[in-house]
Amino acid sequence: MVASDYSRLDAARALTTGSEVCQSSDMTYETVAWNQVFQDLVSERTRFSWILTGLMLVVYFGFIGLIAFDKSLLAVKIGTTSSLGLVLGVGVIVFAFILTGLYVARANSRYDALSAELKRSLGQ
Amino acid sequence: MIRALLTLPFALAITPALAAGPELGAVQQQATNWPAIGMFLFFVLLTLGITYRAAKGTKSAADFYAAGGGISAGTNALAIAGDYMSAASFLGISGLVYTSGFDGLIYSTGFLVGWPIVLFLIAERLRNLGKFTFADVASFRLDQTAIRIISATGTLVVVAFYLIAQMVGAGKLIQLLFGLPYLYAVIIVGVLMIVYVAFGGMKATTWVQVIKACLLLGGASFMAGAVLYKFGFNPEKLFESAVAVHPKGDAIMAPGGLVANPIEAISLGVGLMFGTAGLPHILMRFFTVSDAQAARKSVFYATGLIGYFYILTFIIGFGGIALLMSDPKHFKLGAGGAFDKLKDMIGGTNMVAVNLADAVGGSYFLGFISAVAFATILAVVAGLTLAGASAVSHDLYAQVIARGRTTEAAEVRLSKISAVVIGIVAIALGYIFENQNVAFMVGLAFAVAASCNFPVLAMSILWRGTTTWGALAGGLVGLVAAFVMVVLSKAVWVTTLGHPAALFPYDNPALFSMPLAFATIWIVSSLDRSRRAQRERAAFEAQYVRSETGIGASAAHAH
Repeated sequence: MVASDYSRLDAARALTTGSEVCQSSDMTYETVAWNQVFQDLVSERTRFSWILTGLMLVVYFGFIGLIAFDKSLLAVKIGTTSSLGLVLGVGVIVFAFILTGLYVARANSRYDALSAELKRSLGQ
Repeated sequence: MIRALLTLPFALAITPALAAGPELGAVQQQATNWPAIGMFLFFVLLTLGITYRAAKGTKSAADFYAAGGGISAGTNALAIAGDYMSAASFLGISGLVYTSGFDGLIYSTGFLVGWPIVLFLIAERLRNLGKFTFADVASFRLDQTAIRIISATGTLVVVAFYLIAQMVGAGKLIQLLFGLPYLYAVIIVGVLMIVYVAFGGMKATTWVQVIKACLLLGGASFMAGAVLYKFGFNPEKLFESAVAVHPKGDAIMAPGGLVANPIEAISLGVGLMFGTAGLPHILMRFFTVSDAQAARKSVFYATGLIGYFYILTFIIGFGGIALLMSDPKHFKLGAGGAFDKLKDMIGGTNMVAVNLADAVGGSYFLGFISAVAFATILAVVAGLTLAGASAVSHDLYAQVIARGRTTEAAEVRLSKISAVVIGIVAIALGYIFENQNVAFMVGLAFAVAASCNFPVLAMSILWRGTTTWGALAGGLVGLVAAFVMVVLSKAVWVTTLGHPAALFPYDNPALFSMPLAFATIWIVSSLDRSRRAQRERAAFEAQYVRSETGIGASAAHAH
């Protein structure tokens, strides 16, 4: 059922999503892929997103790791009652929001500009 | 018991101590609460009006599945936040903070940190590649039949378990809040969700969600504000007075026994974090905005709203400790007026937020919060139903059964029929599962989302080498592994099925089932030497260009 029916599948694609895609991008994708602006955009953005993803993973699993392995550290008082764990927990939430903000700020300025430049250079 | 039913995901699964609340099925039907019913009726009338208007404007498939692509980033953010802020997270997490203090925060953080991952890796690419469902994206360059079957299966499994948990929770909650019989409540929820989805499609579902999100955020803000006001807006004073009355004393400020085992803690984190990136009703929302920029902004705003909401929930939980615990009127009193502060709250500890509403805002505010809780369940089940109906009509019917030889009108008609069927099935399941322990079901839904939907989606977008066989095998392995591990875990094997000992030692399978799915996709794809596999790898470049730039992406169908 999976591997057979290739011709039927092509017919299906011609009627739906797949074909719009292939027709409009098949002609240009190689031009785009070799475009210097495209390569800059993608390598910069990919690097930035993976760095932010890594930061989020480290911070979150660091927090979970402390809960799992060093509960007493999280119990340390930093105010009269409030503990370090409490501040770190709220900190993880705030940190996640700040990271998304950083990404969006950079994407809105730098990546959108590069995208616009790419589209101009492709004559779109 | 309500906790069990409202299914704060995993809470029960993690510690038997938490599960040992009052017994299931012992919910006392309360006196009919007219202010709450009145406010809820107002919400229903308002949303039905919106549905009527949406139905008039819903003509094409793009209208039905994706609200014509005309939803703004801000609106979409509210809808995403609304989908995420279920009654379980509102009542369940505030209840958990009430009983365990700090431990409630573990869930809040876990639920939130999936969003940056969605933003950095998924959201924009999803918008650039897809049309209506995430299967559109996963099957972009892979075999339509195979990938749509596995994606739709993953979707329907997630929707089914999430839906059962919500329906049972709705029935119990409404029995308590409104004084309506269980079955009535389940039928009301089922019928309304059918009406929203079948007539109004994504447009109505989105606006119902937006209105509810505003009401919930407004209500929770007021409550948290009122709590802080009583302590002079000084959180330290709130914590001090909470520690003074809580039976566990100062221990509530530090990690307790909720996450006892390190592996369990990490597995829970993995499931929460990556499950978010695989929830079909959430992923669908990225197709309702006009382009990748709007998709990006909606995640940013949504992360802020959800984070804010969880902080409010935390304050509400502590407010519950400080303001309710010393007042016997919120508890079922035993002999001589004695009561257990943690177990004897009227309606169970999931009613902390509701009882607190009464304490800070009086009976009309109590009615308001009750109505909002009902509206919350209604909006979430409508989103789930739409995701399930789209998987049936757009993925299974249009691509797999009709092989693309169908018309838009026929597809949309089938989607509406599916919504009706899903609604009826949900009512029936809600009825059947009334007295069952369904707490593990949301956990299972997250585990399947993290172990089947997310690996298939992420690998097909991000890795050139992914082939149909790889994605199919990996998705299947993840789905089966997550399911089997949950069934063999304590929550199902011992608590529900009554066996003496669990065969799988952890309650959260994601740490094992998700890497298993990724590894299977990688190994099977690497071994796949078929001609189709070569074609699929070659087709990556075109997909890559479009996923990164949106060049060739279907434009918004705004009106």
